[in-house]
Amino acid sequence: MKLEHNRPLLITLVVFGLLVGVAAAQFPFILSGRVVGNLLTDSAFLGVLALGMTVVIISGGIDLSVGAVLAFVSVLLAVLIEQHQVNPFIAFACAIALSTGFGALLGSGIHFLKAPPFIVTLAGMFLARGGCFLLTNDSIPVNADVYQQLSSLALPLPAGGRITLSAGIMLLALAATVVMLRSTRFGANIYALGGDQKAARLMGVRTGRTTIAIYAFSGMMAGIAGILFSIYTQSGYPLAVVGIELDAIAAVVIGGTLLSGGYGGAVGTFFGVLILGLIQLYITLEGTLSSWWGKIATGTLLFLFIAIQQLMLMLSSRRRRAAGK
Amino acid sequence: MKAARESIRRGAPQLSALIFLLVVNWVIFPPFFDVSLVDGRLTGSIIDVLNRAAPVALLSLGMAAVIATRGIDLSVGAIMAISGAVAASLVDAGHAWYVAVLCAIGAGLASGLWNGFLVSVLRIQPIVATLVLMVAGRGIAQLITAGQITTFTNPQLAALGSGALLGVPAPIIITVAVAAFLIFLARTTALGMFIEAIGTNPHASYLVGIRTRALLISVYACSGVTAAIAGVIVAADIRGADANNAGLWLELDAILAVVLGGASLLGGRLLFMMTLVGAVTLQALKTGILLAGFPSEFNLVVMAAVVSTLLVLQAPPVHQWWAKKIGGGRAVMAPWPALASRRARPPGKPKP
Repeated sequence: MKLEHNRPLLITLVVFGLLVGVAAAQFPFILSGRVVGNLLTDSAFLGVLALGMTVVIISGGIDLSVGAVLAFVSVLLAVLIEQHQVNPFIAFACAIALSTGFGALLGSGIHFLKAPPFIVTLAGMFLARGGCFLLTNDSIPVNADVYQQLSSLALPLPAGGRITLSAGIMLLALAATVVMLRSTRFGANIYALGGDQKAARLMGVRTGRTTIAIYAFSGMMAGIAGILFSIYTQSGYPLAVVGIELDAIAAVVIGGTLLSGGYGGAVGTFFGVLILGLIQLYITLEGTLSSWWGKIATGTLLFLFIAIQQLMLMLSSRRRRAAGK
Repeated sequence: MKAARESIRRGAPQLSALIFLLVVNWVIFPPFFDVSLVDGRLTGSIIDVLNRAAPVALLSLGMAAVIATRGIDLSVGAIMAISGAVAASLVDAGHAWYVAVLCAIGAGLASGLWNGFLVSVLRIQPIVATLVLMVAGRGIAQLITAGQITTFTNPQLAALGSGALLGVPAPIIITVAVAAFLIFLARTTALGMFIEAIGTNPHASYLVGIRTRALLISVYACSGVTAAIAGVIVAADIRGADANNAGLWLELDAILAVVLGGASLLGGRLLFMMTLVGAVTLQALKTGILLAGFPSEFNLVVMAAVVSTLLVLQAPPVHQWWAKKIGGGRAVMAPWPALASRRARPPGKPKP
């Protein structure tokens, strides 16, 4: 864990610190436990989605289907629970199984057809969004008692805050992703694949199996995010969260993961999600700023991080070349 | 002439897909090919297909050039929103329509130059570089219109979307003019070859003296301009600029049109004509879904089916089998790796 290797993560933390500082100077109550707890709850589904995306991006791919899968899961849950009286927990299990399978299908498409992940997951996005509309055109409210109980479950935090079930699941997912990336063979394979696919194969990484597992993981995370979103909004709506995959990608990049693959981590993504949440929160609190400043701020941050990454890459390759001579 | 015949021969699968879809539409809806003159303007389903295909066709022309350099431009939908917002706001503020259109195209050019700068000077991967504007662009468009749908009544500007010249709807004329200009540029000068060279091997093309940096910037600038023209047409059509929804997800349609036209996403192929065919095919498909009586939600599922079919057809393993079996060793459609498409060209025959 050398400092030099974690520079992008450090930059993310500095930006996060600056944002918290600016916001807290203007609105001191932002540091209260309640606001922190709510920030975690509000970013829970985006956080889980972005964790899956992190793994895909580290492997050198991209998954455009996650937003549509999230929406599909929330619609499926609403239809199953409200219109077919399925037990919510069985519906949850179905949803996760389906989304994981869907991710595996996309992964095998990428591996066996040797097609760019961008296009395969684009087809997946069309299919999942279309699937939403085939299930229903309307917004379906979920009135099950279980939903009420689940959304009020929370661990108390000091200073009036609480960690809700959604926030807890996001933190658990974060811990699981960190462990998976850092301490398992699968995690090492993911980095190897993102670094250089051919080299990874020559080294003995089973690229096909790994690719399929990576996209299955991303699908599973999208499924979990869909369940969290369903509990968060207590409804299912086919047009929900259009474009959230862009937010997830932005959070991953702002978190210091290289979009070219092979480098990055889940902790950075977590802070990337918090930065996006904080921007939203600041715009809401400020009152005079309009909502579109959020998009512009996200785009600007995205550009800054990409530019910094690029600069560091150029510098390091120049240093390497100088050392080679 | 020979070159034209050659390109038609190579585009046979794309053309037959389009003709097949048109015939299917005709079977579903017999008056599909009926064209009549109403109020000095050609009307009919087939004209409607062409008219509605115009914005995506414009986007895909710019996208084709970008993809030929092994790039991609995700920001075209957002650029459409920006240019529509600029045109509508300026006309609304009392400026002449041509000032508004020029400024809108200028905004598109500036956006394209920004993308080109990121890709060629900062050397950021295209998908990432254009993502910045895709995320921020819609915010900028909302900033211009102050978050509202800016409507206008200027008849000249509206005519760009809903007018007609000699009976032909204006969007079709504009698209054909832009396409003719681009084809002229690409095929009578060496530009087309240079662009394909960059996509086939960027490093080698740099070494043989092609100005990759300047060319890449101009390719993205061109994509920005065609997107801006499409944005003006869409805004003129509805007589207003909707920063939230103008051009939403059209970047994906444009990429699909380019791929449908037979180009490889790995670059090296610049096929403006076939890209237009791809854009019309896409629209014929969408119109067909509606004519068949399916709800428009079916669009997405059918698009997914189309993309999947294309993926299977262009997959290298399937492609090799296909080429061996039917094409007599000659490639029928571009496979994903640019390498195979070059190998597929018969030796000794220079590229047109």
